[in-house]
Amino acid sequence: MDFGLIAQYLANGILLGTMYALVAVGFTLFFGVLDVIKFSHGDVLMLGTFIGFTAWMGLAAIGVTNPWVQLLGVLICSLGGTALIGAAIAKWLVLPLKKAPQLNTLLITLMLGTAIREAVRLFYPNGSNPKAFPALLPDAAVELGSFSLRADSVILVLAGLGLIGVLSLVINRTRLGLAIRAVAQDEETARIMGINYTLVVLATFAIGSGVAAFAGIMNGLYYNEINFGMGLILGLIGFSAAIIGGLGNLYGAILGGFLFAGLQVIGAALLPFASAYKDVFAFAVVIALMAWKPTGLIPERSSDRV
Amino acid sequence: MTDLPISSTAAAARPWAAGAAVIVTAGVYAWALLMAEETWQVTGLLVLAVAAVLAALKTGFARRLHQDWAASEPRLNRLAFAALIVLIFALSDAHFALLMVATTLLYFTAAMGLNIQFGFAGMANFAGAAFFGAGAYTAAVLGTVTAVPPLLTLAIGGAVALVLSLPLLLPILRTTGHYAAVVTIAFGVLFRTFLEVNEILGGPQGLMVAPMRLFGWDFNSAPVIGSYEMSFYVNYALLAAALAGLVFVLVRRLERSWIGLHMDAVRLDETAAACFGVPVARIKLTAFLLGNAILGVSGALYGMMISFIAPASFTFSDSLLLVSIVLLGGLGSLWGSAVAAAIVVLLPEKLQLLQEYRFLLFSILVMLVLLFRPDGILPRPLRTFFASRRAGK
Repeated sequence: MDFGLIAQYLANGILLGTMYALVAVGFTLFFGVLDVIKFSHGDVLMLGTFIGFTAWMGLAAIGVTNPWVQLLGVLICSLGGTALIGAAIAKWLVLPLKKAPQLNTLLITLMLGTAIREAVRLFYPNGSNPKAFPALLPDAAVELGSFSLRADSVILVLAGLGLIGVLSLVINRTRLGLAIRAVAQDEETARIMGINYTLVVLATFAIGSGVAAFAGIMNGLYYNEINFGMGLILGLIGFSAAIIGGLGNLYGAILGGFLFAGLQVIGAALLPFASAYKDVFAFAVVIALMAWKPTGLIPERSSDRV
Repeated sequence: MTDLPISSTAAAARPWAAGAAVIVTAGVYAWALLMAEETWQVTGLLVLAVAAVLAALKTGFARRLHQDWAASEPRLNRLAFAALIVLIFALSDAHFALLMVATTLLYFTAAMGLNIQFGFAGMANFAGAAFFGAGAYTAAVLGTVTAVPPLLTLAIGGAVALVLSLPLLLPILRTTGHYAAVVTIAFGVLFRTFLEVNEILGGPQGLMVAPMRLFGWDFNSAPVIGSYEMSFYVNYALLAAALAGLVFVLVRRLERSWIGLHMDAVRLDETAAACFGVPVARIKLTAFLLGNAILGVSGALYGMMISFIAPASFTFSDSLLLVSIVLLGGLGSLWGSAVAAAIVVLLPEKLQLLQEYRFLLFSILVMLVLLFRPDGILPRPLRTFFASRRAGK
C-alpha cells in the first residue's frame, strides 16, 4: 500500500471522526444533564440538514449567488432551527417523562425519530428521494503524489474541530457551562444554588441539537447528497461512539467518535476479505469493547457495583 | 382482607361468565374486522372498539373482568385458545385474513420471548428482529437440506438464535442500562449489515424458504374436507396458534416459578437481589437465552410461512416494532402483548387509506400511550401468591 492511499484513508477517517464526534457530543451532553438518551438525535440532525437545504433553495430563489453568503444563511437557519426543535423536544417530550423508567424515554424518543423520518419522507416535497446538496465550498484540490487533498474536506474538518473546541470552552469556561456541569453533577444541589434547572436543560438540548445539525450539514457538503434516512445510521453511530467513550464525558464522546471512524477505516483498508464488512467489523469491536470496559473508555465518576 | 364488591349474585356463581362473554365478543369482532373490506366498515368497527373499551372503563366492567380473569384464568385461557381455533376455521377460505392472523400470532410469540427479557428480567434487547431473522435464515438454509425434518428446523432455528446470543453474554452481563442497550443495538445493525454483504446467504436479495412439512403433509397445499377446499394458510395459522399456545403456557409457568420471582427481583433492584442471594448473572443469562430462543423459533416459522426472506425485513426498525408491542401491551403482560400485536399487525393492513402514513401514525400512537398510559394497554397485575385467599375464602 502506497503513501497516497494511506493518506487518503487517514483524511477520510479524520473527516468521519469529526462528524461522529459532533453527533456523539450531543448524546453525552443530554445524558449529562438529564440521565436520558434522546434517540431522536439522529433524525433531528436529518431535519436540521433539510432545513439547511430548504434555506439554500430559498436563498437561491431570491437571487443570492455568493456561495459564502449562502453557506452562512444555511448554517444560521439550520443550526438555529434545530436548536429550537431540540429545546422543544426536551420541553414537551423528555422533561415530562423525567420520572418514568429509562426505557420509556428511550422508546418515546425512538418513536419520535421514526415520526420525524416519516414526516420528512411524506410531507417534504419529493421527500422519499435523495436530494442533491449543493457544493458550497471551493472544490480546489492539492495533489501530493497519488493523494489529492480537497480544500472542502480541510475546511470541513477545521470548522468541525473548531466547533468542538468552542463547545469545550463553553462547557469549561462560561457561566452557562458551569451551570450545565453543576446540573450534571447533582441536580438537587444545583437547584438549591439558584440555577434555573429547566432553562439549563433546554439550553443544553438546544446546543446539542445545533451541533448535530452542523454535523448534518458537514455530511451534506461532503457527500453532496442528503436523504430522509441519513439520520438513523448517523444517530446509531453517534450513540455507539458516546457509549464506548463513556457517557457524560465530552472528551469520551470525541474519543469515541474518532475511534469509531478509525475502526471503519481500518475495516475498509485492512480487512483481507472484503471492505463491505467494515461496519460489521466496527460494530463487532464496539461489542467487544463493551465487554472489556462496561462503562466506556472514560467511565462515569459514580457507579454502584455489587 | 377488604374484598371488592361483586355486583350480582349470578356473576358470583359463574365468575368466568364475563370473561367468556368478552372472549366470544372479541372472536366475533376479530372475524368481522378481518372480513371487512370497505373503509367505512373498518372505520366503523374501530370506532365501535374504542367506544366499547371506553364504556367498559366507565361502567367498571373492565375492573370486574380483571378480577374474574385473575380468579379463573386457566379456564378462560383455554376458552380463548378454543375461540382462536374456531376463528381460524371460520376464516378458512380467506387467504389474506389468515395470513394476518398467523402473522399476529407469530409476532405475539416473539413478543413473549422479548417479554421475558424486558418485562421479567428488565433487560433491554434491541436486536429482537435479528434473532427473529436468525431463525428465519436457519429455516431457509435447512430447507435446502431435505434430510432435516421441518419441525426440527423450528427447534434448530431457536438453537441458532441461542448460539448467536452466546458471544453477547459477556458484554450483556457486565453492562447495565444504556450500555447494555448499545450492545444489542450494535448486534442488530451488525447482523443486518452482515446479511446484506454476505453472498452465500443471498445478499440484499434474500433467500427462498422451503415450506413447512409435518408427517409428510406439505403445508403449502390446501387442506380439503369432503368437497370443501380451505386456504393453505389454515395450516400455518393452526401451527402458529399451537406454537403461541405452547410458548404462552411455558412463559406463564416461568413467571409463576422461582425463576420468574428471581427475575422480578433482579429487575426491581439488582443490588438488593444479589444481597439476598439471587444468582443475578444466571437469571439474566436464562432470560436472555430463553427469550432469544423463542424469537428464533417464531422467526423460523415466519420464514416458512412467507416463503421468502430478505435482510430488509430484519432491520433496527423491525426490532423497534417488536419492542413497541411489548411496551404498548404493558411490560410483562402476556395478554397485553397479544392485544398490542393484533393492533400493530392489523391496523396498518386494514386501514389501506392510511397505508402510506401508517408508520407515522403508529409512532405517534406509541408516543401518546407512553405519555398518557405508561403502563401499557393491559398492565401486568401484581403477583398473587394465593389466588383463593384474594377472593376472601
